Amino acid sequence: MKLWRTPFDQAEKATRPAKVLIDKDRCKGCSYCVEFCPRGALVLSDELNPKGYTLAAVADESKCLGCGLCDILCPEFAIHLVLNFTES
Amino acid sequence: MTSSTKVEEYITDSLLRQDRMPHIWCPGCGIGPAVGCFIRAIESSGLDQDKIALISGIGCTGRVAGYVKLDSFHTTHGRALPFAMGLGLGNPELNVVVFSGDGDLIAIGGNHLIHTARRNVDMTVICLNNFNYGMTGGQMGPTTPLNARSNTSPYGNIEYPFNVPYLVAASGATYVARWTMLHARQLEWSIAEALTKPGFSFIEVLGPCPTLYGRMNKMARGMDSLNYYKENSVVRNGADPKDVDLTSDGPIVVGKFVDIERPTFWEQCQLVIDRAQAKKD
Ligand code: SF4
Ligand code: SF4
Ligand code: SF4
Repeated sequence: MKLWRTPFDQAEKATRPAKVLIDKDRCKGCSYCVEFCPRGALVLSDELNPKGYTLAAVADESKCLGCGLCDILCPEFAIHLVLNFTES
Repeated sequence: MTSSTKVEEYITDSLLRQDRMPHIWCPGCGIGPAVGCFIRAIESSGLDQDKIALISGIGCTGRVAGYVKLDSFHTTHGRALPFAMGLGLGNPELNVVVFSGDGDLIAIGGNHLIHTARRNVDMTVICLNNFNYGMTGGQMGPTTPLNARSNTSPYGNIEYPFNVPYLVAASGATYVARWTMLHARQLEWSIAEALTKPGFSFIEVLGPCPTLYGRMNKMARGMDSLNYYKENSVVRNGADPKDVDLTSDGPIVVGKFVDIERPTFWEQCQLVIDRAQAKKD
């Protein structure tokens, strides 16, 4: 998209590339992160953790906006976002 | 996907007792996100973490005191508020926070609740309301909505529940708000505001208990409750607390209802000390 001027709040509102890390030992498969991710970047996988819970997984990292909603809704403190992440 | 993330980098993790994780709460339980909001609110309010004391009572929510890495105390059932009041009066520098459930604060500790609010004791109370006694097996309590089912009301609850914000506001609380677990950002701001406000601040947080209350009320998955919140919540800041009772078919009114100023119990204590000393001199 071409902008005719730079929005004043672009620096704070622009999407940030983020890497989503899901802790396999903590996730209990409640699916909150999957359902509320505005970009559908996460899925419930077929993988089970040692306790037998279905695990959430990142389906498509490139879709992530870095909004952090998955992180704050996760009841297990299992999601961490690494912001300003760039592939080196 | 990996489990090896650095602890110090994340504010939520830096205030959790890592050795106790994963916690015992059920999949989809609403307590975890509320704790996350509390931790981020401490960070955003800029308060000294060494001056915050966290008190919990008994119940699923009572476990919070054991999971958060602050000076914390796990009191007997319903007695979080009197303990917190004594602690705050003994060391007025402390910022006292009570984080407990509805069964603990409103049912068993109900009498303490109204009197701590009446005295306007300087503390912040976060009450996680999941409409039943979770830890003991899903019995009904004074917050179970009318007609809702529970393990001790299998034909529907016939008792009218408390309208909690109305109760605490009428008792004298100077800050009263209600959010659901889904309003995570607003909840975080609200807790930060309450933490820095003198006097008795009370925040009711609605959170799902899928295992017991949810299962008995056709919301067996946590997502069912969250969808219910999403569809039925209306934000009404400044609403009269008497109009915000929760019914099975009405809206869930959320928002900040009361934010007023009134002398705190500590200030009144200073007053009586001054009076007594004036008489002696
Ligand atoms: S919200 Fe947390 S516990 Fe639930 S599925 Fe996602 S990562 Fe797992
Ligand atoms: S940060 Fe936002 S966009 Fe990225 S995975 Fe989480 S919820 Fe989805
Ligand atoms: S019983 Fe209910 S309140 Fe207790 S941990 Fe399970 S879901 Fe949460």
